[in-house]
Amino acid sequence: MSGSTRLLEVSGVSVTFDGFRAINNLSFAIGPAEMRAVIGPNGAGKTTFMDIVTGKTRPDTGRVIWGDENISLIGMSEARIARAGIGRKFQRPTVFEEQSVRDNLTMALKADRGPFKVLFWKPSAEERAKVEDIADTIGLAGQLDRTSGELSHGQKQWLEIGMLLAQDPQLLLVDEPAAGMTPAEREHTTDLLKSLAKHHAVVVVEHDMEFVRRLDCKVTVLHEGSVLAEGSIDHVTKNQEVIDVYLGR
Amino acid sequence: MRALPSSVPWFLGILGLVVLAVTVMSEAVGTGLISTSFLKVLGMTLCFCLAALAMDVVWGYCGILSLGHMAFFGLGGYAIGMWLMYARTEIIVAANLAGRAIPPTEAELRDAIGSQIFGVVGASDFPWVWGFAHSLPLQLAMVVVVPGLIALVFGWLAFRSRVTGVYLSILTQAMTLALSLWFFQNDSGLRGNNGLSGLQNIPGFLDAPQAAVALAFFLASALALALGYVFFAWVVSGKMGSVIRAIRDDEARVRFLGYPVEGFKLFVFTLTAIVAGIAGALYYPQAGIINPGEMAPIASIYLAVWVAIGGRGRLYGAVIGAAFVSLVSTWFTGGGAPDIDLGFYRVDWVDWWLVLLGVSFVLVTIFAPKGLGGLVDLWTERRGRDRHGADLGPDQGALREREAGE
Amino acid sequence: MPRALVTVLALCLSFAFAPVARAQQSDLQSVLQDNQDAVANPSRSTVNEVIDALVASGLPGVAEFLSRWQEREVVVREEDGLFFYVEDDQLIDIATGEAAGPVPDDGIDEVRPNGGVRRELAGALVQFQLSSPDIAERRAALDAISGDMSADQIEPLAASIEDEPSARIAARKQRLLAMLTARFGEDTEARVEAIRQITNGVSVELRGVLNQILTTSDEVSETVPEDVNVARTYVPGEDMSLDAAYSELVERDLAPPRVSDADIYAALTQNIADGAVGGVPVEELSDPARRIDAYEALAAEGTVPGFVGPDDMAAAVDAYSFYAIYDEPDPAVTDAARAALDGVETRVGLSEAADLSLDALSLASIYFLAAIGLAVTFGVMGVINMAHGEFIMMGAYTGYVVQSLVPNYTISIILALPLAFAVTFALGVAMERLVIRWLYHRPLETLLATFGISIALQQLAKNIFGTQARPFTAPDWLAGSMVVSDVISISFVRIAIFVLGLFFLGLLLFILKRTRLGLEVRAVTQNPRMAASMGINSERINMLTFGLGSGIAGIAGVAIGLYAQVTSEMGSNYIVQSFMTVVVGGVGNVWGTLAGATLIGFLQKGIEWFNPSNTLAAQTFMILFIILFIQFRPRGIVALKGRAAGD
Repeated sequence: MSGSTRLLEVSGVSVTFDGFRAINNLSFAIGPAEMRAVIGPNGAGKTTFMDIVTGKTRPDTGRVIWGDENISLIGMSEARIARAGIGRKFQRPTVFEEQSVRDNLTMALKADRGPFKVLFWKPSAEERAKVEDIADTIGLAGQLDRTSGELSHGQKQWLEIGMLLAQDPQLLLVDEPAAGMTPAEREHTTDLLKSLAKHHAVVVVEHDMEFVRRLDCKVTVLHEGSVLAEGSIDHVTKNQEVIDVYLGR
Repeated sequence: MRALPSSVPWFLGILGLVVLAVTVMSEAVGTGLISTSFLKVLGMTLCFCLAALAMDVVWGYCGILSLGHMAFFGLGGYAIGMWLMYARTEIIVAANLAGRAIPPTEAELRDAIGSQIFGVVGASDFPWVWGFAHSLPLQLAMVVVVPGLIALVFGWLAFRSRVTGVYLSILTQAMTLALSLWFFQNDSGLRGNNGLSGLQNIPGFLDAPQAAVALAFFLASALALALGYVFFAWVVSGKMGSVIRAIRDDEARVRFLGYPVEGFKLFVFTLTAIVAGIAGALYYPQAGIINPGEMAPIASIYLAVWVAIGGRGRLYGAVIGAAFVSLVSTWFTGGGAPDIDLGFYRVDWVDWWLVLLGVSFVLVTIFAPKGLGGLVDLWTERRGRDRHGADLGPDQGALREREAGE
Repeated sequence: MPRALVTVLALCLSFAFAPVARAQQSDLQSVLQDNQDAVANPSRSTVNEVIDALVASGLPGVAEFLSRWQEREVVVREEDGLFFYVEDDQLIDIATGEAAGPVPDDGIDEVRPNGGVRRELAGALVQFQLSSPDIAERRAALDAISGDMSADQIEPLAASIEDEPSARIAARKQRLLAMLTARFGEDTEARVEAIRQITNGVSVELRGVLNQILTTSDEVSETVPEDVNVARTYVPGEDMSLDAAYSELVERDLAPPRVSDADIYAALTQNIADGAVGGVPVEELSDPARRIDAYEALAAEGTVPGFVGPDDMAAAVDAYSFYAIYDEPDPAVTDAARAALDGVETRVGLSEAADLSLDALSLASIYFLAAIGLAVTFGVMGVINMAHGEFIMMGAYTGYVVQSLVPNYTISIILALPLAFAVTFALGVAMERLVIRWLYHRPLETLLATFGISIALQQLAKNIFGTQARPFTAPDWLAGSMVVSDVISISFVRIAIFVLGLFFLGLLLFILKRTRLGLEVRAVTQNPRMAASMGINSERINMLTFGLGSGIAGIAGVAIGLYAQVTSEMGSNYIVQSFMTVVVGGVGNVWGTLAGATLIGFLQKGIEWFNPSNTLAAQTFMILFIILFIQFRPRGIVALKGRAAGD
């Protein structure tokens, strides 16, 4: 239970929407340099789980403890949680379509977030280089000054991953990163996520079993708001309950 | 200093030419082709342009449709108006009392000023709000402090409870209504619906001809507009502009990037309120009179209309909209437009102008969301990606859903 | 005042019965002639005989004669001793009431009853009225007594109770008698008992009686005397200002008058000599302290009265006691009256609260009516309709137009309601088809576009109907008020609006919960795409919903037009409150709108109650309250929760 082995610990969390129990006594933990895939059928509570961790939804009961100093994330605003080191990539790519790729990345770049600091902010050479670097990583090096609304769907996904990189969080919550990508792009994504997991905690929510298998990491199966099974992909796919509720269909 | 948008030199150049032309044609130093009263109209229009700039930043860039910025404009006007009225009355009263056998005491002077100013509402004591009225520097500070403080407190309350979109608009409208109702009361000490008057007489320049005073204010307004343009162009460029436009487009996403969205909104709301207050402080000495009716919610809606017609989300659009609509409005309501005889009915524009404005505003909203500023796009051939009416790409609906959630 | 009233009544009565009087054998003149001397030279010892004789005659003109006798309008002709009335220099025959020629220059004596006789006459008159066979006259007499009570009414009133045929009037007489006793009774016990008897209800009459008993006058003396009924004592500086206390002393010549700033100024200007006053140079007189120095110097010379400084004032006030005494010397009575009045005032307070609640309820129903159409369009479709207020105005103008075509108020209002609905429904549908349809998903732009429509419609109405207010009058059966007590009353128009509000609440709930349209509307509200895929024509639903919301606004306009003025700007008076109602109540919910309207109605009336003189302030505070309220319930009173609410 010490902070050095657990980066994020969610325990006994429940949340109810108008009588519908979306998350039911969920417990979950992840270490500082670990990759974890979260799978589950529709309505299993995957997105709500991410909403709780990132502060969008406040749970009715339970604890969410973060980092070396064991800070409780409950009650903190989304922005503070993000500044504490949790980055999120949405299921549908949400980049700022009217702004250029460079602006999107610059905005995400780790820096002071206060209004006055932002007003007087000027990019250092180092920061410019970092933006170029990330653009290179996500394959958008030549497109820095394009308006991001013009990018293809896959490119937008990449841009959003790039924004996550620029944010440099300790924990990355990635919702369906490979949706709408070509096989080659998927492979690239897998590699990128794997390399990220060497230094960061990464939680990937995914439907696609093949993709999860290729990530080659511990898998948590959610069902009706709680953890149904946890372990390697082979382990969970052999679990009869998992087969019944999810894979069997 | 980061690079400013290319519109800045263009704007400053055109504004400079206009100012030069008007000065040359003015009565005070030039040919007198432009009458002093029209010079005042032009000066006031420039103040509207400055307020419209502020409105464009808060609405066009940050996505907050404030229906209260004209109230801040009025607050600025009241702040300067109180000093103007006090100082001028003081001069008159001092002259009157000087004829007496015994020099007046300060209390007598103050009482005489008080009964002169508040006679119309049946009072003679100075209410607390006039506490600083004797001092120009303090009252100038109030031009900035009062709108700023009210915007800060209101914005803090509104933004922290995450009121957004049309709710926020309605709430700002309620704030405006509350403010104007407060000013309408005789009890609040601002002369109720009489407002403040005689503001065109500037203490210290009482002997100067109005033509010169009008030109001075016109130039001051032009300078304020130029400075305001450069300042806002600087604010909305760079990372700040990036973040506030991002807040307009998807505020939740900006939160997940770690930006304190409420703080940014509060910053923009307060900053623009202050600029609106400054614009008002320049406007009302030219108008000569201010009353609470000018702070009513409808004035703020008109401000939004100007910006929308000019084209929001671009600074010069706001200026074009405010200048165009308010000048055309003056032309129509001043009887400048010729009546149209339909045979069975005579269209008198003084009566029909608002109908025309309302209808054309609806048409602009539906058919030309970019407003008059869109014409500049045509001219500069910078059409880029005009996706109007087309899907936004494979992930269609992202933008629309976002707007629906606003 | 009551005597004049009685006289008038008596006059009416005598004229009404004039033909009968003539037909009778013995007329009034002959009865009077029987007592000629006693009538012509009345005295207290003889007047009662005359009155008895007159009453015994049973003639209808008696009351009039008595009152005219008392008013000194009766003259006697010396030559034959006949009596006449005088009116506009004309002699009037007492028996027939007809003119009997002009008043001759001499030979006429006025009959001048003295004060004692007149009192006897008044008593007789009252008794005469109180026992009149005409019930209206008895009521009028009682009202006259209630309006101006005096001690001499006790006896006749008490005497008239026994033979009173009407139980209700007997009870009223009893009560009035008790009131008279409370005020003018002889012994303490009877008065305290009377006070106890009358103390129920909240009538103005009762409060008047108690307040009359409790009238006080302010007194000042060096010590409070023992033998007076002290109501309260004042401590200067606490209960009354030092200035006021000192002014009291000045008024009673117990202290020298204060020297005002104006007095000082006048004294100084009159005594300027060689650029100085009292040794102070004029230039220094802009300092108030120097002015006082100069004045005191003048006072020391004896030129002006002495200056009264704050210390002098305090010392003078200190030397005296300030207190109020009851005009009624008997403390037992004043204590009983005070206790009774406290009880009455508590009840008045409660009644006022009830009355205020009724007011608030009616205001709430107006807001509800004004807002419910908006709630439908805003809540169900997410469309902000800034022209909603103008739809209300159109409804009111429809009422005006109908009324100018159909003069019968009842029929015109019955016609106006559906017609207003039809007009604004059509307008709403047209607006939805032409404008709003293009702006779904752009709510802020919808707000502005509908604002454009709003200013166009407003100006259009101004061009058509002019700027002055147009009348839209309620029929007579709606014109009055329902009066529960002297404190509680409510006008029928407001009741009608309340009923109309309830009706629309029921109707909307029925439409939304029980009809196919309602089902489809709810489906489109909750999930437009799913609804569309199930074959619901969402365009049609939107159109109908918008029409319905606008139509209700039209009907609200008719209702509001009944009690407010119909002007082109009336809509803008309601639009912000309507929005507030919807926002405070919670969007997309009829019950929410009801809750919002109730909250805002009660709030506004409540604030007005604290500060009744200033309705503008009330509105300001109400809006501030709402802004704060949004802090705690950003989604309104009746809020949708969870993911369904969206973000």
